[in-house]
Amino acid sequence: MAFFSDPGQWLPFTFAGLMGLSILIYVVMDGFDLGVGILFPFASDDEKDRMIASIGPFWDANETWLVLAIGLLLVAFPAAHGTILTALYLPVAIMLVGLILRGVAFEFRAKAPLTQKKHWNTAFFVGSLMTGLSQGFMLGIYIMGLQYTAATVLFALMTAICLALGYAFIGATWLIIKTEQALQAKAIAWAKAGLGGVVGGMAAVSLASPIVSPRIFEKWFAFPNIIWMAPLPLLSLALLIALWVGLRRLPDPDDKKAWLPFAATTALFALAFGGLAYSFYPYVVPEQLTIYEAASAPEALMIILVGTLFVLPMILGYTYLSYRVFGGKATALRYY
Amino acid sequence: MMDTLLLSRIQFGANISFHILFPTITIALGWVLLFFRLRYGATGQEKWMDAYKFWVKVFALSFALGVVSGITMSFQFGTNWPGFMETVGNIAGPLLAYEVLTAFFLEAVFLGIMLFGTGKVPGWLHTLATFLVAFGTTLSAFWILVLNSWMHTPAGVEMRDGVAFATDWLAIIFNPSMPYRLTHMLVASGLTVSFLIAGVSACRALWGDKSNGVRIALKSAIAIAAVLIPIQIFVGDQHGLNTLEYQPAKVAAMEANWETQSNVPLLLFALPDEEARENRFEVAIPNGASIILKHKPSGVVPGLNDFVAEDGTPLHPPVSPVFWSFRIMVGTGLGMLALSWAGVWFLWRRKAPLTEGLGKWYLRGLVAMTFSGWLATLAGWYTTEIGRQPWLVTGLLTTKDAVSDVAAGMVASTLIAYLLIYAALTALYIYVVFFLARRATTGEPIVREEPKSEAPLSAVPLAPAE
Repeated sequence: MAFFSDPGQWLPFTFAGLMGLSILIYVVMDGFDLGVGILFPFASDDEKDRMIASIGPFWDANETWLVLAIGLLLVAFPAAHGTILTALYLPVAIMLVGLILRGVAFEFRAKAPLTQKKHWNTAFFVGSLMTGLSQGFMLGIYIMGLQYTAATVLFALMTAICLALGYAFIGATWLIIKTEQALQAKAIAWAKAGLGGVVGGMAAVSLASPIVSPRIFEKWFAFPNIIWMAPLPLLSLALLIALWVGLRRLPDPDDKKAWLPFAATTALFALAFGGLAYSFYPYVVPEQLTIYEAASAPEALMIILVGTLFVLPMILGYTYLSYRVFGGKATALRYY
Repeated sequence: MMDTLLLSRIQFGANISFHILFPTITIALGWVLLFFRLRYGATGQEKWMDAYKFWVKVFALSFALGVVSGITMSFQFGTNWPGFMETVGNIAGPLLAYEVLTAFFLEAVFLGIMLFGTGKVPGWLHTLATFLVAFGTTLSAFWILVLNSWMHTPAGVEMRDGVAFATDWLAIIFNPSMPYRLTHMLVASGLTVSFLIAGVSACRALWGDKSNGVRIALKSAIAIAAVLIPIQIFVGDQHGLNTLEYQPAKVAAMEANWETQSNVPLLLFALPDEEARENRFEVAIPNGASIILKHKPSGVVPGLNDFVAEDGTPLHPPVSPVFWSFRIMVGTGLGMLALSWAGVWFLWRRKAPLTEGLGKWYLRGLVAMTFSGWLATLAGWYTTEIGRQPWLVTGLLTTKDAVSDVAAGMVASTLIAYLLIYAALTALYIYVVFFLARRATTGEPIVREEPKSEAPLSAVPLAPAE
């Protein structure tokens, strides 16, 4: 296999895969954190504390996947890193402000005087929403080839709303696992209400990408690709139907099925992400720069890969430990 | 209107200044917490756990601020300084990747267990989590200081077509200034934390808190400071000698010395004038700089005029900021020396209660110095980072060649937004640290009346998530 004997080929491919994996893990894991924040205004004060408790021990590590993803882009594809981030200058800045607000609100709402708590709750909501919206906006502009015209900005505004809705949805499914009684019933209702937005968002992106890019159209609809790729949209459709039906049957009496909507949503996110990755491969900057052109020197990539293969299993291991320790329904968080 | 280069520099400078405040605290505070935790494990005395419980809150707050401001920086490499990664990405990339992989996840995951794990994990695992968080923050400091030191004193690379390629990773990691800079920064973190703990504990003592938790925190902090400060002065001196060898222009700017000559005085005060290339209003100790840098009065110290291009463009850093930052750092350090050594007398020798007479003034002094570590650390970083100019990576890449072509107006608008947020958050941080101290002193209950939720959770009184 020529591909695997040439480090200039398989290393960039491997790193694109690692970066994709980090982004996917980020979107699922920080997705539910951000979603919980976006759902904040719909909850009572007591419920807000419980919602925070359901993500408190995890959010920091979840956010680290974004640092890893952007770090991999930075280290593996430095040329693309500069092009993409300068093109996304403003939405990135808005996202960063959002992440700052969200992150500090976690701490300040618990430590500042109680009279200020409601302001920090607002900051938590606003920060989460800003982050979700700006990430969705970046996704839209990226799909549109990093071009700013009235049409692409309009499309990006739509993906912004869709991604924020998607986050709220996965946040609601997370709360179904981590809460019980009235709050769980509320979370189920939120998930039901959000499902339509998820359907709309996925449909919009799926339709828009092939229309904008003849190359993407070719990849999906030319024979025989259309046969090979058919399971992806079909599976997504099946998952959406399963969610629609499943959410109506919750809560179940012994709470055995509470994890199903979150699992189905994660699978759905993975499929959508896989579809996007397939559409854009081999480009890292759409239609401009491939992963092979943008990659760092193979020597540098090799150094990182060795470390990654050694450390990643450890990271996954202690992340698993953390989710085990804080498994089950969320209870009050307190220091020591 | 300022240009993109200057605005981007101010933005990154503001960002990294804001960021470093919090790692400076968490690096050493993690180890102090481990110390409290181990002492509690060994003695079973509640006072150690009281100290742990209070300072772990400050740790969590500092950690969150460090994380959010750190993420901002990782993006700004791309949004504002694309030339940096394009030129030295083959070196900076792996170092940053190793920081994320080996340190960030470790800290973040075990922080969750350290903060919220009691009752859910056995005591040994909680102690282990505390250790791993402290270890993670220190490991993170190691990687980032390797990269920073390499930018000051690059080694182990060759340039091909304007891009740096690694030839020797050991030389890159153990580059000439790394051991000095890393030690200097770790000790700086220790000093920052000891004065933070001392200041806040002194404040609680002045408010009438007589608890043992406060007293042992104060004593621990003063003991750490009194030991660390002479070490820091020695390490700083060694670091200076290293800089003299590898970055003589920086040392010339620190001393505001224009001509290369022997018997250079140590300037206590001066207003360097880069137009006239001389100093105004000098107050100096004869031969001082020569003695410090060469350890003899006739020692020759490099002068700034050696670093000027044929056409008169200065190739040395701007003089006044470097000269003054350095003096602020050293001055603060001397203040720390005086206060920590005085503390040894006040806390271990003096019989009268600390809150009476002279002791009261001593405590007030500590309160005033609560954030002195921040001042010294920032001044030290300004000295070394401004002192590297006009280079971003000494000899390999100038700062102006690395900047992005984003419009100045765009950078200006994000800069204003960041500055407002940073100023607000720094003020809030200081306010909340003292608020937590006040609340701990008065014993005012943290738990508010919670509306009862439905069973079975209602059995557990819900404290605000913290």
